Amino acid sequence: MSDPTITALALTDLPTKKSIFKPHRIVLMAIAAAVVFCIVWFMRWDWVPEYSDRLADGVGMTLIMLASTSILGFLLAVPIGLVQVTGPWPLKMLAQVFCTVIRGTPLLLQLWLLYYGLGSLFPQFPEIRNSFLWPYLRESWPYGVVALTLSFAAYEGEVMRGAFAGVPSGELEAARAYGMSPFTVFRRIWLPRAVHRALPTLTGETVLQLKATPLVATITVIDVYAIISQVRQKTYLTYEPLLLLALIYLCLTAILVVGFRYFESKIPTRGA
Amino acid sequence: MTERAEAIAVRDLHKRFGPLEVLKGVSLTAHEGDVIAIIGGSGSGKSTFLRCINMLELPSAGSVTIHGETIAMKKDGHGGMTPSDRKQVQRLRSRLGMVFQSFNLWQHMTILENVIEAPVHVLGVKKDEAISRAEALLRRVGLYEKRDAYPAFLSGGQQQRAAIARALAIQPHVMLFDEPTSALDPELVGEVLSVIGDLAKEKRTMILVTHEMKFARNVASHVVFLANGVIEEQGPPDELFGSPKSERLKKFISSIH
Repeated sequence: MSDPTITALALTDLPTKKSIFKPHRIVLMAIAAAVVFCIVWFMRWDWVPEYSDRLADGVGMTLIMLASTSILGFLLAVPIGLVQVTGPWPLKMLAQVFCTVIRGTPLLLQLWLLYYGLGSLFPQFPEIRNSFLWPYLRESWPYGVVALTLSFAAYEGEVMRGAFAGVPSGELEAARAYGMSPFTVFRRIWLPRAVHRALPTLTGETVLQLKATPLVATITVIDVYAIISQVRQKTYLTYEPLLLLALIYLCLTAILVVGFRYFESKIPTRGA
Repeated sequence: MTERAEAIAVRDLHKRFGPLEVLKGVSLTAHEGDVIAIIGGSGSGKSTFLRCINMLELPSAGSVTIHGETIAMKKDGHGGMTPSDRKQVQRLRSRLGMVFQSFNLWQHMTILENVIEAPVHVLGVKKDEAISRAEALLRRVGLYEKRDAYPAFLSGGQQQRAAIARALAIQPHVMLFDEPTSALDPELVGEVLSVIGDLAKEKRTMILVTHEMKFARNVASHVVFLANGVIEEQGPPDELFGSPKSERLKKFISSIH
């Protein structure tokens, strides 16, 4: 069905009923159960109920960050990929420079440059302070959204470049031969075909994006990572909150992977 | 011959790729109901000629007239030409059913979606109407059961038959076949040729670039032999294959058999 590499990498492949009770599996399951038991029994989890509401809010913020920046980033990635394949050379250069700079510098640095750099520059201009944007520019989350969006756009833009270039020219030629306008060719054939090709990579990029979101905690956005940091400061616990955080990210990743695989399986491919 | 309208008229077509002149002034007229087979060795320019008819390849000089409407061209500044009205080209293309050597079905759509795509999104046919017409066409080419399959899961012969259904779905004035069987395994050639043969029988106007000499002889009303970018010889198939006049054609025919 889908790419065997992706299938092999996915965390979600369940064993068949037949193979689930093989001896080595039983041993492994026993070990896992023992580990879980030890974690639950010997570690301190009494703080969880107290923080559960805030944790839920934190997960919500993480998901909002992920969804908004992935969607915005993807919308930016399409033109960035496209102009690198067909664009006039100034746009092509611009896109290449953008991808190189963003992919060549740490996301944390970009985030801080935006927040501590631009963010501290803005208040010096009364025009900005009086503009309708000021209530937003005063907050920290817009900087997080912008930084994460640009990062996703740069990585995904490169993926889309490959995907656009990889659509067989014969299929585009067939579309033209049936009288489609350039825009219809793009909308009906080129873009959907490229997205379909890019989907396995897009899954990986989105998972990476999820795990880039905790960086916004460094500019005071309260996501799930920030909540866990608060827990650690208040309870003086180290491992328990971090283990819970790992579990949360693992679950979110699994949901993402399953979701994307559903979309991938909508259009079965063979070979290519 | 003369009472039938001209479906396609190509006049003095030239095509240069850099210094290489592939077509050196080819003129050809297809009347309604004509089945014209274009034969010739590889590199003779026969595919290029076909692709110039719907401007997939831009001719360097000459004119193409489809149903009495000449495609407006202008000089492009590099010694070639380019259509001056893109909308006109799109409109004329939308009634030319092109079938490619490598099928070129859209891989992200099912067979049915492939067939209704151009009628719905180019010609503006209503979707349910397009679907019922498409299903009839797929029945005709023997692929009704495969309508919800994706192209990658079909054999080459099935894909090419689906591509023919896709071309028929736009109710084309003229069908253009660009070596429709060249990419197929030998045992799959027959099923595609029989579909094309049926179309020829119902007097559909077709221009067919092919390597299948026997097929050309059986179905074509007119055969054109292209060599070195010019029409070396043309005429009814029996005449052309039975008593070839030019040396090149004689050699070509004997090399095939």
